Amino acid sequence: MDAFIEQFFNLGVMAKAFPLLMRGLGMTLLICLAVIPLGFVGGLLVALARLSRSAMLRISVRILTDLFRALPPLVLLILVYSGLPFTGIRLSPFTAVCIAFFLNSSAYYGEVLRAGVESIGSGQWEAARSTGLSGRDTFLFVVLPQAVRNVLPDLVSNTIEVVKLTSIASVVSMTELLYSADMARSITFNASPVVLAGLIYLVLLWPAVRLASRLEHRVGT
Amino acid sequence: MTAASPILDIQDLRKSYGANEILKGIDLAVHAQETVFIIGPSGSGKSTLLRCCNRLETPDAGTVTVDGVDLGDPRTDINAMRRRIGMVFQSFNLYPHMKAMDNITLALRRVSKKSRADAEVLALAALERVGLAEKRNAYPAELSGGQQQRIAIARALALEPKVMLFDEPTSALDPELVGSVLAVMSDMARAGMTMVVVSHEMRFARDAADRVVFMDHGVIVEQGSPGEIFGQSQHARTRAFVSQLER
Ligand SMILES: Nc1ncnc2c1ncn2[C@@H]1O[C@H](COP(=O)(O)OP(=O)(O)OP(=O)(O)O)[C@@H](O)[C@H]1O
Ligand SMILES: [Mg+2]
Repeated sequence: MDAFIEQFFNLGVMAKAFPLLMRGLGMTLLICLAVIPLGFVGGLLVALARLSRSAMLRISVRILTDLFRALPPLVLLILVYSGLPFTGIRLSPFTAVCIAFFLNSSAYYGEVLRAGVESIGSGQWEAARSTGLSGRDTFLFVVLPQAVRNVLPDLVSNTIEVVKLTSIASVVSMTELLYSADMARSITFNASPVVLAGLIYLVLLWPAVRLASRLEHRVGT
Repeated sequence: MTAASPILDIQDLRKSYGANEILKGIDLAVHAQETVFIIGPSGSGKSTLLRCCNRLETPDAGTVTVDGVDLGDPRTDINAMRRRIGMVFQSFNLYPHMKAMDNITLALRRVSKKSRADAEVLALAALERVGLAEKRNAYPAELSGGQQQRIAIARALALEPKVMLFDEPTSALDPELVGSVLAVMSDMARAGMTMVVVSHEMRFARDAADRVVFMDHGVIVEQGSPGEIFGQSQHARTRAFVSQLER
């Protein structure tokens, strides 16, 4: 038992790794800050394209979103980071992470938002258009706020997934939280930094998980 | 004095869904300050006719002219025209995420380009006309059906429409709430609003209508004063329909 605590809950090791992990957390938050808005806006564009009048656009966007949802994000990231340079585009790891996550999370956010927009009856569109509102204003001011509210639990869950997924940025040697923890582990030959990283994720995401399930209940009733 | 041209002028209007011809050549002129009721059996095309009058539906043929502007002309700014063509729906269609006030100011601000303060002054005036100024901060879900419909009327009224279209404005309401909506509509008619009303409230039509139009299977069978249509119509189809309403 002592050996177990020594290996996984070693407070001394945790304290030493703490500054490194904090820097890693900073990088994780930075990635989230870039990737979540990108994915959300991308998702909006996907949802709009899926509802477009042009069948060409609808079908091509559906094929793309299916593709990016089927492709493991890790594969996508490696392809973007080490594949694109062959076409003459050199990417920083951060840019590669942004592009890969944009493609992946736009597809997911897009599906969620599309469901939200479809949940709004045609009466809302008609009422707004009958007052002279343009299609764009109707979407922005009448449909989208209601659509987002209807799928808020799914949006929050999706965002939690994105945050957890940022750990794969380590494969392109970005020193985000989990990568920092693993570095500390290999230096100290002790797993406690990884446990600490887990605890940090928990503190970060537990409120969001609670929020998601509370929203779920509110929408359910 | 020249004969005034109609506010709403519908000529040879046709509309099909697939092979199903819903409007088979409708001619109807509505003059300023007139209140015209449209009655007819379910599926006869009443809603489709109204929806062609503000281009929620695109007609296949024929013209709809509002205040001298041909809605089908590609040069017509349809959003600018729609502001002048109020529409009230059976199911109210208020924006549930906005307070009554914001339901009304949205188009004033985005379409009429009013400042928030100006829009709120106009919205409040419209709310007063429907007797609901004190509900300006209520959300639609906090209002009765009758109140919601009156807010919906105020939303259209605030844009100072040339003509108002009502599609069965009271048929989604509990009977005891119908009266409050009809009272607002009577006030509007008396104040000189031009109105086209699809409604089977016969008692109300007798009081408020200048003219009643009977539609069946996509054509106007006949039109006349409420007395003529509800009383001694020459057409068997009209008589059969009216007698069914009376039951
Ligand atoms: N978008 C649509 N696509 C196909 N058919 C439609 C569409 N809208 C209406 N119709 C059909 O057109 C016909 C006329 O419909 P409309 O709603 O104009 O009738 P109405 O006179 O308003 O009837 P009600 O009294 O039931 O409201 C109906 O048979 C309806 O099924
Ligand atoms: Mg109808």
